Amino acid sequence: MELGPEDVAYIAHLARLQIDEQDVPLYARNLSEILRLVETMNAVDTDGVVPMAHPVDTAQPLRADEVTEADRREEFQRNAPAVADGLYLVPKVIE
Amino acid sequence: MRNSWETVIGLEIHAQLATRSKIFSGSSTAFGAAPNTQASAVDLGLPGVLPVLNGEVVRMAVKFGLATGAQIAERSVFARKNYFYPDLPKGYQISQYELPVVGHGSVTIATEEGSTRRIGLTRAHLEEDAGKSLHEDFEGLSGIDLNRAGTPLLEIVSEPDMRSAAEAVAYARKILSLVRYLEICDGNLQEGSFRCDANVSVRRRGDEELGTRAELKNINSFRFLEKAINFEIDRQIEVLESGGEVVQETRLYDAERNETRPMRSKEEANDYRYFPDPDLLPVVIDEDYIAAVRATLPELPDQKRQRFVDDFGLSDYDADLLTADRDTADYFERTARAANAEYKLSANWILGELSAHLNAGDLTISASPVPAESLGAMLNRILDRTISGKIAKEVFEAMWNGEGDADAIIEQRGLQQITDSGAIEQVVDEIIVANPQQAEQFRAGKEKILGFFVGQVMKATQGKANPAQVNDILRRRLQDPDS
Repeated sequence: MELGPEDVAYIAHLARLQIDEQDVPLYARNLSEILRLVETMNAVDTDGVVPMAHPVDTAQPLRADEVTEADRREEFQRNAPAVADGLYLVPKVIE
Repeated sequence: MRNSWETVIGLEIHAQLATRSKIFSGSSTAFGAAPNTQASAVDLGLPGVLPVLNGEVVRMAVKFGLATGAQIAERSVFARKNYFYPDLPKGYQISQYELPVVGHGSVTIATEEGSTRRIGLTRAHLEEDAGKSLHEDFEGLSGIDLNRAGTPLLEIVSEPDMRSAAEAVAYARKILSLVRYLEICDGNLQEGSFRCDANVSVRRRGDEELGTRAELKNINSFRFLEKAINFEIDRQIEVLESGGEVVQETRLYDAERNETRPMRSKEEANDYRYFPDPDLLPVVIDEDYIAAVRATLPELPDQKRQRFVDDFGLSDYDADLLTADRDTADYFERTARAANAEYKLSANWILGELSAHLNAGDLTISASPVPAESLGAMLNRILDRTISGKIAKEVFEAMWNGEGDADAIIEQRGLQQITDSGAIEQVVDEIIVANPQQAEQFRAGKEKILGFFVGQVMKATQGKANPAQVNDILRRRLQDPDS
């Protein structure tokens, strides 16, 4: 499968990435290479093989349902560009 | 017009799981805390943190699966659902996609026609909730509260098996009742701990293929769920009948105007690019685990309902109402136990007088000022004929207002029924003598006049005479004053 400039623009938009127009052909080529790699792997017969969700072959450990985190709001909010009334402020978004 | 169309509805219900801590962090999930005081480094999506799964959410999901006869996945996988929004700091929501923890199940609902219908459950999966955006108070800015980020949700997806808004509501109520019985969700619609989205489409009767659906969101009560779906059905039929096409989109319900409106359309269809979350390992559930959870299942609403009908002789209707939530069912059983196992009488009082008082005071049954045992004790006074059913209402009212238990109130207000027939006879005689004309009319065959005499006797005894006895004695003395 070959990706065109529109595909690159769409993927960049989904990932909220700003890219230079002049780099689009390069990205299209690189991403297409990755898809070709996957296509090559698709040729392998994997009937009866359980898909691997994780490279580590073990199960998810479970934690007890206990509150272990204290309130560290003040500390965390020192990282934020803008806060008010305990809220993080961001440019207005409304859908 | 609506008759030539068939409605097809499927629901997606988000039930907030009633855990103490979040699904992937040790932050508290308590409702109503000051903004961001329950948002840890994991909930904020800070670099270098890792999610650790809360075992309780797995147990709760399995409980739900077992209660709906569903397949429990031996191995389920968390996936990242990618999208950008400020109240989702990681840029993805951890959810389950291809391998959910709970597979195909079903529940049974009662239909308007009095029969039952099986509604299929496609799946139920675990995921984390997002934070909250507040758009009102900050000029040009949005305020973000991440206390809710990471709250565990069980998303319960139904098959498109419902054919009317009423069925959709019956199904939603059923799921609500179930999650409350299982004690996995508090089911508070107003606080958002139980949220319903409806997928609605219509097709010409007899068509096999499903019509294009709209997804309705922003519904926070069962009444609005019914209204939103009915509005949407009419809208879609109108569009199709005027030659248009239904667009697949998300629509928000506006309760004030009772209409659905499209959410400002996004530039492209959602493309979430799900992939397995490398931060989490597959969840493995074995037979022993399932057996242990199964052993903790309470009696479920359907089983309880059947038992109330079979063992207590209640009607389907009464049994249905009493078992819709566990607190009411428990209250009923405790009342009946205290009232000499008089199930029908107990049911009548709980569904009548008590319900009316609870509704008027906007109280749940667990907050009733009259405990089950006290109500049962009062019913005993009806059973042993200390008071009549009518006087009992006065006693109940006083109990409701905190004036003490039934015996004390009956004693204090002198409400004991007069069952001494000599005393009743005396009153009856006096009234017959005082109303010779009416007595004559009765003897001439005017049966209806008896009601007048009963009323007079009750008035003279302040309602305390036993009504059945009053009737008997009146008849006897009117026919033959010397009897």
